Amino acid sequence: MKALKLKRDDLYTYLESLKSYGELWGPVAKGEKYVYARLTNVRDVALGALRTIIPPKKFFVPPRFTMFRYTDDHYAESFDDVKPRVLFGLHPCDIHGLLILDELFLERFPDPYYKRRRDATAIVGLSCIPDDKCMARSTNTHAVEGGFDLAFNELGNNYLVWIGSSLGDDLVRLNLDLFSEDIEPEDLKTYLAWRRKRDSRYKLSFDLTGMPDIMELSWDSPMWNELAEKCLACGSCSMVCPTCNCYNVRDVSDLTLNSGVRERHWDSCMNKEYALVAGGHNFREARAERLKLWYTHKLKAFITEYGKPSCVGCGRCIDTCPVDINVAEVIRGLTGQKVTL
Amino acid sequence: MTNPFLPEEMRLVRRYDLTSDVRFFQVRPVDMDRALSLRYKPGQFMMISLAGAGEAPFSISSTPSRPGMLEFCIRKVGRVTTELFKRKENSLIGVRGPYGNGFPLEKMIGKDNLIVVGGLGAAPLRSLLLYILDNRDKFGKFYFLHGAKTPEEMLFRKEFFEIKERDDLNCHLTVDVDEKGQWPFHVGLVTDLFSKVEELDPENTYATVCGPPAMYKFVIAEFLKLGIPKHQVLMTLERRMHCGIGKCGHCAIGPIYTCLDGPVFSYWDVLHMKDLI
Ligand SMILES: Cc1cc2nc3c(=O)[nH]c(=O)nc-3n(C[C@H](O)[C@H](O)[C@H](O)COP(=O)(O)OP(=O)(O)OC[C@H]3O[C@@H](n4cnc5c(N)ncnc54)[C@H](O)[C@@H]3O)c2cc1C
Ligand code: SF4
Ligand code: SF4
Ligand code: FES
Repeated sequence: MKALKLKRDDLYTYLESLKSYGELWGPVAKGEKYVYARLTNVRDVALGALRTIIPPKKFFVPPRFTMFRYTDDHYAESFDDVKPRVLFGLHPCDIHGLLILDELFLERFPDPYYKRRRDATAIVGLSCIPDDKCMARSTNTHAVEGGFDLAFNELGNNYLVWIGSSLGDDLVRLNLDLFSEDIEPEDLKTYLAWRRKRDSRYKLSFDLTGMPDIMELSWDSPMWNELAEKCLACGSCSMVCPTCNCYNVRDVSDLTLNSGVRERHWDSCMNKEYALVAGGHNFREARAERLKLWYTHKLKAFITEYGKPSCVGCGRCIDTCPVDINVAEVIRGLTGQKVTL
Repeated sequence: MTNPFLPEEMRLVRRYDLTSDVRFFQVRPVDMDRALSLRYKPGQFMMISLAGAGEAPFSISSTPSRPGMLEFCIRKVGRVTTELFKRKENSLIGVRGPYGNGFPLEKMIGKDNLIVVGGLGAAPLRSLLLYILDNRDKFGKFYFLHGAKTPEEMLFRKEFFEIKERDDLNCHLTVDVDEKGQWPFHVGLVTDLFSKVEELDPENTYATVCGPPAMYKFVIAEFLKLGIPKHQVLMTLERRMHCGIGKCGHCAIGPIYTCLDGPVFSYWDVLHMKDLI
């Protein structure tokens, strides 16, 4: 992978240049939190932002979108017009989250709705300093080797800019004069020192070895019922988790009734109706069963299939659940581990 | 790029009532080449779309050994099925698939087979039944045990009565109750019919069951009593499904998706994967 250097002071100028590729989006402050927003003014970007409320998945799987238009019984594909866009400021955990969605949506039976949005979007990563809710080091998602077109890493008064794809190379060329190829031994030292400092900032640290087995052996643990007693089944955890991908489909007819649209919208396995089938049988009536499915997906199912957890350690469930049910609590409950400070 | 969610237009060629709330549907891709090249396995399912009502999964009831036509056997229970029941012959409906693993025919060939059906379980297992009959010389001994609640509620009555007359399989039919005294065969639970099963080589037998949830436990117990290995006891399972291709998440059971890794599972799968039944 090729790397270049960009002066910190030149960042805004470069962000402005990125707009010639497409719409520029990045994290901006919203109250005490952050959201992805269109960067009409590049100086609005919150460079120190940690997790956004909703992860970048919304750019690839919008909360609600039209799949087909139908007239009588004929279904015709309907694709939103996705303009080229640059998503700036993704942290390593979110890039990993995206890679997991790629596996789900692009491997077997590739999903053209996802693919079109993915193809239209350039991913520009940005390094971050974790807070007390980040646990990406435990999930091994605290660094990225791919999944981005460009990745900006803090480097003293500069950024070290990794080029991760040929599109990334094109993006650099939008304003090549700002970049320098001269990476000195001194820069490497600064970079490594920064990495060490940054990696030491993870306050949450868990050993996830054998997690699938632990989940399996804890299937009947009273913990699930205890958590279920508290859970409000609100589904917020699914909305904010970068690797929750469940959705519902419904046909919405126009007033004429012989035409309409087939829509896809986010769903959560925490919702009571999630596994309800015709005739009223519910395969997961009990809240504890639904919690187990959620955490099986995060800590077990994906490891069994892909050798890594589908939790990328972003900390959003920790930030969001109104009753403090989150992946860290569940891991603690399952392993009896103390938080290592 | 092909859109795996796009329903294909198929023509509803024939439909008739099997019972008061279950109807038989024969459909065919509008394109004749497509109709003849459509491949599927017994045990697979298709997603059927009715504009405005939505989409739902249904087992293929026909056999791939009789190409050109897809058959379904569908109970009217809600939005999609009610809309489907309104459709007349010759109208167009949306269908996509086939999906799911289907039965492991490659392993079942050459073996003895025992199929046990209860009620709507006939929908997926008729496919396997007809497939075996159409390829009779490729399979060993063959038992087909069928139970319905009442004579009126029995699906494919005429067809199964005819099959019962064949001498290349052992077909036994029963009903739980026969109030009008019109039923010519055994009256009682489907498990009673196991007394007629003899001379199967259990190690060499695949036993398949599909029916109402309450039935599984008792039928599986009978299979095990016969000495059939757990991994050769097969069943098809039902889950809520919104995509059929491993995207929507609704059919997830632990680490697997019923739509991709199922709907056919073995009893061993059920024992070692929590939550399956
Ligand atoms: C693999 C498989 C094979 C099957 N084979 C057959 C078969 O051969 N024959 C047969 O008769 N049946 C079969 N079924 C069952 C069949 O899929 C259901 O009967 C069918 O889904 C009913 O659809 P409906 O719209 O008529 O019923 P409804 O109850 O109106 O709706 C069921 C569907 O509507 C949606 N829905 C229901 N409740 C909600 C809610 N609260 N919020 C949002 N959406 C909701 C979902 O899409 C759900 O699947 C099979 C099921 C599976 C999984
Ligand atoms: S775990 Fe928390 S966020 Fe998730 S559904 Fe339950 S209460 Fe809501
Ligand atoms: S489980 Fe929690 S920490 Fe892990 S990826 Fe999902 S929201 Fe982030
Ligand atoms: S039906 Fe959507 S994942 Fe199986």
